[in-house]
Amino acid sequence: MNFDSINDALWMTEVASEHGAAGNHMLAVLHWFMGALAVGWGLFLVYILWRFRAKKQPKAQYHGVTSHFSTHLEIGVVIVEVVLLLGFAYPLWAKRVDDMPKDDPNVLRIRAVGEQFRWTFHYAGADKMVGLTDPFRISAATNAIGLVSEDPNAKDDFITINDLVIPKGRPVIIQVTSKDVIHGLALVPMFIQQDAVPGREIPMWFVPTKTGEWDIVCAQLCGAGHAQMAATLRVVEAEEFDQWYASQTPMLPKE
Amino acid sequence: MSAEATLHDATGHAHDGHDHHDPPFWKKYIFSTDHKVIGIQYGFTALVFMAVGFFLMMVMRWSIAYPDRPVPFLADLPWFQSWLDADGKVTGELYNMFGAMHGTIMIFLGVVPLAFGAFGNYVTPLQIGAPDMAFPRLNMASYWCFFLGGVLMFVSFFLPSGAAKAGWTNYSPLATTTDLGYANQFWTGQTQWLFAMALLITSSLLGAVNFIATIINLRAKGMTWMRLPFFVWAMLVTGFLLLLAFPPLEVAAIMQIMDRLVGTSFFVPTGLNVAGQPFDVAGGGSPLLYQHLFWFLGHPEVYVLILPAFAIVAEIIPCNTRRPLWGYKVMVYAAMVLGFLSFIVWAHHMYLTGMGTSVSTFFQTTTVLISVPSVILITSLLISLWGGSIRFNSAMLFATAFIPMFGIGGLTGLPLAFNNLVLHLHDTYYVIGHFHYVVAPGTIFALFAGIYHWFPKHTGRMMSEKLGQLHFWPSLIFMNGIFLPMFFQGMAGFHRRAFDGGAAYQQISSQLFMPGDSVFGGIFNFLFGRAAGQDILMIDLNLIMSASAWLLALAQIPFVINLFISVFNGKKVTSDNPWDATTLEWATPTPPPHGNFLTEPVTYRTAYEYSVPGADEDFLPQFVPDKETGAPEPAKVAAKH
Repeated sequence: MNFDSINDALWMTEVASEHGAAGNHMLAVLHWFMGALAVGWGLFLVYILWRFRAKKQPKAQYHGVTSHFSTHLEIGVVIVEVVLLLGFAYPLWAKRVDDMPKDDPNVLRIRAVGEQFRWTFHYAGADKMVGLTDPFRISAATNAIGLVSEDPNAKDDFITINDLVIPKGRPVIIQVTSKDVIHGLALVPMFIQQDAVPGREIPMWFVPTKTGEWDIVCAQLCGAGHAQMAATLRVVEAEEFDQWYASQTPMLPKE
Repeated sequence: MSAEATLHDATGHAHDGHDHHDPPFWKKYIFSTDHKVIGIQYGFTALVFMAVGFFLMMVMRWSIAYPDRPVPFLADLPWFQSWLDADGKVTGELYNMFGAMHGTIMIFLGVVPLAFGAFGNYVTPLQIGAPDMAFPRLNMASYWCFFLGGVLMFVSFFLPSGAAKAGWTNYSPLATTTDLGYANQFWTGQTQWLFAMALLITSSLLGAVNFIATIINLRAKGMTWMRLPFFVWAMLVTGFLLLLAFPPLEVAAIMQIMDRLVGTSFFVPTGLNVAGQPFDVAGGGSPLLYQHLFWFLGHPEVYVLILPAFAIVAEIIPCNTRRPLWGYKVMVYAAMVLGFLSFIVWAHHMYLTGMGTSVSTFFQTTTVLISVPSVILITSLLISLWGGSIRFNSAMLFATAFIPMFGIGGLTGLPLAFNNLVLHLHDTYYVIGHFHYVVAPGTIFALFAGIYHWFPKHTGRMMSEKLGQLHFWPSLIFMNGIFLPMFFQGMAGFHRRAFDGGAAYQQISSQLFMPGDSVFGGIFNFLFGRAAGQDILMIDLNLIMSASAWLLALAQIPFVINLFISVFNGKKVTSDNPWDATTLEWATPTPPPHGNFLTEPVTYRTAYEYSVPGADEDFLPQFVPDKETGAPEPAKVAAKH
């Protein structure tokens, strides 16, 4: 039995990203800790309720527990919490935000734009440079994300609707934003999600480790269609991805 | 101490009063300034609202379990039909409306008024030996602000727009852009939610200053700080939380009202594009500003919900174990630390709004720190049971169940303290399970315990123990039936606020829970009338949770019957102190008259002197002088403790 299987016993979903494995491991540490406390306290409670029921114990004791066990337990809990913070929480989060592979030439950059009730994914195109956007240029029919046509980086940018395709094994940085209200881009098997806040572009990054096809969930209440704002995440082999990437048509018409 | 004599005296006294000096009915029972009447008004109003909140939830749970079937019963009611779609099914819009209002009603119109408004108001002045609250008319104003706020919330359901539907957190820009199509923007659910919240917060503020002033100034002779029952301490800390945490949300509500009505854009950023059209605002606002203001209230609010629960349980456990509260002083300090820390953890609700390492480190640390006083409080209650002679009446059953139920709620909060784990668990059912364990089988069980415990003081009659047991056991089972499966669904990636219970996210919802040929699968398929051998998927857990919710409603029937029948037919108490308790409220006549005490009460010792070695009885009330107790050197015993 492996250590992390406690999460599987709690119906943890499939995890298919690099940092997801570390997160899953941390969650397993917590679940073992919580389980130990719950079982210990639970058995203690049941024993007390049985042992000190009025029928068995007609006269109560004034002093009750005089040992310092609870103090030791409390100190133990604090030590575990300190270990969790220093050993897991701080470094893992620092890795999420400070170690983002911004300069890695291999990185794939995508923007995810939420709106009621769909996701538009904005790919950088052949030049690997994401073009400028301007919300005042958004036009539902011709320019769904408000690309700035004067920007040379924007010329080859392409979009997909509700279809996020990424390659296995390459780091992906997704800039998450929204046109209207707050949405949440949740890639469940990637162990990651990010609020999509209008007016802000917030990056998240991960490295997929398995190919497959999964649901993308909207994680923040965004209106009547929130429950059905489903999109698809497809993780494919690198070669297949390159072919797909090359075959996409730029969104802006050629001049 | 002769309890009978006091009782007799009180009855005679009350009869005299009725004929000659009583104020008119409306002044005595409606616009009353008596803290006990106001407490009962708060309690009754809050229970009615909790029933409304529960009803909303039952409709939501139908939609989650059976999204493709019309709602039974309600689909035939003309007034309800207009909310449903043509087939009588719940729409996403209605679900959001009921969801937002379930949260709002349960928290702001149910639990807080019942815990703080009702129990706090009724019990606090009695326990400190005061004739009333420090500002009785402020107290009355507080109730009527609350009542008006409640009426506005309730009325908003019947406006053309329906009630608010942007979640109980009411995040902008959704809250600002919803329902903008209605010509009269003032009378929309979204706007009225804000006005109602402003009233409710005003009510809380009036209550909070009153509690603080009362506890500090009106303590009876001898009632030193460390002789205060823990209940009073918890109310004092709660009072400060309300006083300091609620104004930011009142400000946020007013700013959001202005965003909606007069075209400001405090919370609306530049360049918003709604439904394919540029949104006509000045812009420059920040949606995250609203979240900060909201959660600056929102997190202390959690402790406003839980501290009164600890307060009630800490009164009931010593009384029914017949031994002192274990670690009273440490609990008092823990409650203060808890109150302080609750002001600096709010952004853990905002972990996924783009936090850098330093901010995240700060909030992860404070969030983990706050678990320390919480663990101290719950452990002290648990250890208080050790060495007791436990009397399992209805109040004690609920109070005992509070410990493990709050324990589950607290433990499952631990993973949610860490930014990195929130990447997976954020806004999933794991979170819903966590906070409902804290508030529903946690706080609400404590509130039930309080009702069973103090009912005889107010009515002079006991509630039925049999009906109490019939209320407790099914409630315990079905509460867990609703909330336990949520952790599994959360781990599997189910997100909240989906009216179809996650059906649209097929790949997630169709994960296997149990094979159909397992024992569980067999029982499940039989109970829900499904084909034998059919596999149980994660989404099928919705059926268990929804059925538990409806059965939980049935489990409340014995309580309602008990409450009303016992007022008229309950067994009469034979003493002013039927539970042989030690705190001052049991020194008053039953029910306590206007002004509470017949003679000015004096406090002689700490609050929980049960089973003192050498004493005549197994309890030494705070109000009985040393020479009458029979204890050899009681002053020494008290001091040592």
